[in-house]
Amino acid sequence: VTGPSGGRSQHRLFWAALAAPGIIWLALLFIVPFYAILAIAGGQLDLFGNPVAVWNPLHWSSANFTGAWHDVAGASAFVGPIILRTLLYVALASVISLVIAYPAAYFVARFAGRRKALFLILLIAPFWISYMMRMLAWIDLLQTNGYVNKVLSWMHLISQPVDWLGGMWITVVLGLVYGYIPYLILVLYAGLDRIDQALIEAGRDLGLGRVRTFVRVTLPMSRQAILTGMLITVLPMLGDYFTNQLLSGTTGTAMFGNVIDDQLTSSGGVLAGQGAVFSLLFLLVLIAPMIYYVGATNRSSRGAT
Amino acid sequence: MTTTATRSPARADQRRTVGTVLGKLRPRRNPWRHAWFLEGFTWLYLIWSLLPVALAVLFSFNNGRSQSVWQGFSWRWYYQDPVNSVLHNPDLHAAVIQTLRLSVYVTLITVPLGVAFALGINRWRGPVASSFNFVMILSFVIPELIFGVAMFFVFTRLFTSVGLGSLAEVLALVTWNVSWPALIVQARLVTIGRHYEEAAADLGATPWQVTYRVMMRLLAPAIFASAVLVFSGVIDDFVLVDLLSSNSGNTPMSVYIYSQQRGGNGGPALNALGTIMLVMSFAVAIVGYVGYRWLTRGERGSRIDALTTIAGEG
Repeated sequence: VTGPSGGRSQHRLFWAALAAPGIIWLALLFIVPFYAILAIAGGQLDLFGNPVAVWNPLHWSSANFTGAWHDVAGASAFVGPIILRTLLYVALASVISLVIAYPAAYFVARFAGRRKALFLILLIAPFWISYMMRMLAWIDLLQTNGYVNKVLSWMHLISQPVDWLGGMWITVVLGLVYGYIPYLILVLYAGLDRIDQALIEAGRDLGLGRVRTFVRVTLPMSRQAILTGMLITVLPMLGDYFTNQLLSGTTGTAMFGNVIDDQLTSSGGVLAGQGAVFSLLFLLVLIAPMIYYVGATNRSSRGAT
Repeated sequence: MTTTATRSPARADQRRTVGTVLGKLRPRRNPWRHAWFLEGFTWLYLIWSLLPVALAVLFSFNNGRSQSVWQGFSWRWYYQDPVNSVLHNPDLHAAVIQTLRLSVYVTLITVPLGVAFALGINRWRGPVASSFNFVMILSFVIPELIFGVAMFFVFTRLFTSVGLGSLAEVLALVTWNVSWPALIVQARLVTIGRHYEEAAADLGATPWQVTYRVMMRLLAPAIFASAVLVFSGVIDDFVLVDLLSSNSGNTPMSVYIYSQQRGGNGGPALNALGTIMLVMSFAVAIVGYVGYRWLTRGERGSRIDALTTIAGEG
């Protein structure tokens, strides 16, 4: 009934109305909350030292920023070593994850044949098992009278039970590996599975051996998957505060996430302002990899067939 | 016969030369032999990945207080123990109920919100649409701890009438999960293309009719898959609910397990709770797989596609 141009603008209105609830939701509950972090970080301290949010940017103060700076570099600094430890743990855990995940994903993508569905079910299974249940499983095994110690002493590798849960860094690093590796494996599998089999066959037909085909054809073609997979594991590992709490619980293995979590929840939230500053710092460091990941997601969702 | 007889020696000779040349080029072993080493490695990984959980499930049936020494089979920690079983301990079963409630509420809100958002953003286009699409994807990749901190501040300092508790948990989980339906539906829209829509519009359908009668039918598998992902994602979620829960009435299973185990109050009852979570998730996964296969019947997709889609890697 309406003319073509009137119809089109009416349609635009329809689509805008359809998107509106989501847009309002994201504005109120995603954008505003991040402004709240800024308002707390730039806020002032009241007479009792409690952080007060300041919503007008013109009145922001640097009280929390100097407080956070003293945590990093002042006389009572404690955050510096924690940041270093976090980077070390995460680097180690992600490298170990990649070394374990790549061969497994490669096998399932290329060689599983008719049993592919079976292998895939087993690879995906951890997705459906809660993270806490999976940590609980290792807590059971790693107790001083648990099966890990029993097996190790049966093999005469240890003379007396090891206190695995008493603050050992290796337990925390392997806990991180165990926790996040399923995500990495699935991304690697999807990337490796997409590689055209004909390209690999071509490499072999042209006289390359197994290893050289892998190095010259498969590996370069899975670089994107490796990058995305590493991001998908490294980003949550950096913010992890519960794995080390469950598997060690001592301050000797505390990570950056614990600093934020503690400042938020302990001592009635007096340090929440510094927690906000550290969250901002964290966000600032991660913004580049996140934007890269957004780009990759955008590309793949647009190019999906 | 004669022609072949005269030609065959020459040909055999020729073939022999080619054979020797190829023999020098070809690797000595069969290039397509099975990768036994990799298969063994994969099995080792799978055992390492799944056996501990199987043992943890086993210990939920332990007839004793230990989580590490087997003392016989019992249902003690599920319902027999009058004090500390999941059935009789109010905190334990409150945790089960809270997890279920959150999963249902969050799925019911998130999926329509995300699907409408995806459809609208995809067709509307323009600066507002694309910048909010960017915000949506950002919510997909932001570390959960930072998002949790933001939520904590906004509910304790700005929207103080919300406060901490169930409402805060639902609002935060919806925001955190809305990118699932939004991303999956957008990917599906790309696959579908615009032909059906244009055909329907040419036949006189209004945008609402196109959306409701055509698009909803075509998007059904994507919507279903995202509902499965959101539901199981909420069961598994920890960080947001940990930061936003305030008492035992609004503490879901994951947070309960964490706080009790960390506080030194571990015991097979926690394993029982974890096992219940596991059974819930597996049930969702099976329903998800069967349902997705049913919705995509007649399409080319394989069992493997259904598996990866249900795991969020479609």
